[in-house]
Amino acid sequence: MPMTITEKILAAHAGVEAVKPGELINVRVDLALGNDITAPVAIREFERIGVETVWDRERVVLVPDHFVPNKDIKSAEQAKALREFARKHRLTNYFEVGRMGIEHCLLPEQGLVAPGDIIIGADSHTCTYGGLGAFSTGMGSTDLAAAMALGETWLKVPESIKFVFKGELQPWVSGKDLILYTIGDIGVDGALYQAMEFTGPVIEAMDMDGRLTICNMAVEAGAKNGIIAPDEITRRYVEGRAKRDYTFYNSDEGATYAQVIEYDADKIEPQVAFPHLPSNTRPVSQAGEVSLDQVVIGSCTNGRMEDLRVAAGLLKGRKVNDNLRLIVIPGTQDIYLQAMQEGLVEIFIKAGAAFSTPTCGPCLGGYMGILAPGERCLATTNRNFVGRMGHPESEVYLANPAVAAASAVLGRIAHPREVA
Amino acid sequence: MKIEGKAWKFGADIDTDAIIPARYLNTSDPVELAKHVMEDADPGFPERVKPGDLIVADKNFGCGSSREHAPIAIKAAGVSCVVAATFARIFYRNAFNIGLLIFESPEAAAGIADGDQVAVDVDSGTITNLTKGETYQATAVPPFMQQIIAAGGLINYVAERVKNNA
Repeated sequence: MPMTITEKILAAHAGVEAVKPGELINVRVDLALGNDITAPVAIREFERIGVETVWDRERVVLVPDHFVPNKDIKSAEQAKALREFARKHRLTNYFEVGRMGIEHCLLPEQGLVAPGDIIIGADSHTCTYGGLGAFSTGMGSTDLAAAMALGETWLKVPESIKFVFKGELQPWVSGKDLILYTIGDIGVDGALYQAMEFTGPVIEAMDMDGRLTICNMAVEAGAKNGIIAPDEITRRYVEGRAKRDYTFYNSDEGATYAQVIEYDADKIEPQVAFPHLPSNTRPVSQAGEVSLDQVVIGSCTNGRMEDLRVAAGLLKGRKVNDNLRLIVIPGTQDIYLQAMQEGLVEIFIKAGAAFSTPTCGPCLGGYMGILAPGERCLATTNRNFVGRMGHPESEVYLANPAVAAASAVLGRIAHPREVA
Repeated sequence: MKIEGKAWKFGADIDTDAIIPARYLNTSDPVELAKHVMEDADPGFPERVKPGDLIVADKNFGCGSSREHAPIAIKAAGVSCVVAATFARIFYRNAFNIGLLIFESPEAAAGIADGDQVAVDVDSGTITNLTKGETYQATAVPPFMQQIIAAGGLINYVAERVKNNA
């Protein structure tokens, strides 16, 4: 029976020949992930199960990244709970401040996730690793606790929607714009409980950073996972990086899809998601005059090397607008170091930006850039819900790093070509 | 088991930031979380909600983050159950895992108005709008999920499995 890439990975981990949408299956997981918000609850639940230790101390990964470096005393207590659990169970993949990064930037970079894997994480953006050809999905803390004990989880096999991106990417258009455009088209529940499989010549030509960004926001359409078939670009990325053996899966000819949706990339320009839903998108040329108080470049969506390069390219020799703060947050320590070596940090600082240690911080309204009532922020992050970055009367606009950099210079939502 | 209470009506796409804003996620204490439940969707909700009341919402309730703090906050506030046209995927799992009762029913979501008195027969999934004299049927819960509920949540279910394998 022909299967999709998602179905093949699930079947292999369930130890069966084939699976089909709607089936409830028990699967082996390759990695289970938690952060400083979700893991404290998972640890509490784990301790009620009655097992002595975790199923595999190399495959339970804890990354304090949301409110870390600790933003207050309570956050410090949460981070401490992770640290103590990691020590007690001798976890090999606990990442301390100074070595950590934003989890979904860190895990691919460190080779902890690989093509063909099943990864579950108590963080909704765990779906990022689909960019590598893995099945990865976000769950809650209790599901994480069960997986930490058993090395297994239960899943309902999702139907798949196939997205085919034809044509060519236009100037200043990136993976972020393709996923915002898609969510704008199908809605925030357009792929509810389903797998989003991204295909076509535009995806095949896209670098790994762009692919990770696309899959990262699959959850914003309600999807269980986003996935891109691994290829030579994937092989180059994982070679010398992956800590385990990996398997490349591909969808069969004749696999069944709930829908096939085609987009013409020639017609897609940089997108901006207006408040208060990621689906509320417009092409940047139709954004109108929207003045801004803050711009944030970073997050698990757009805190990678290519994102910083694009933003720095536009900010070089320019100044951040007098009426606005620009905050730039690299995804990991390695990205930070690379950005220094390439001279990007100097460009950001000379432009008048704040440059931070890696953290999720402002994306979820934690710290490092909280908004006052009435303030407007354009961010390369993933959600613009009411109150997402601070006061419920503040506003968040989502866009790619080039739009963010151009907007930081002009003090309003701007097309990158206006400053390039 | 039967539930009866007043309905608090919300719209579509109620996200987990609306259910419990991240600014309160530096704790996972249910009592603390309950003080801020639904605050950004309705600032008066945490003060005025009464034990046994129901949350009724349109499609995609609980979209966004994976934070289990969302169903935990709702449960700790004394809300008896959530009825929605549809639920976001992670919220749906989380609710079952922690033992918050949820019912999927587009008809109930459309028919119930804010302040209506509503009764729910938990076992059959029959929802009765006592104010309007209407009844609606919730989507059946898959058998595996029923096992989780019967065990008293996922952890009890897993603990039992671990014990039996020992």
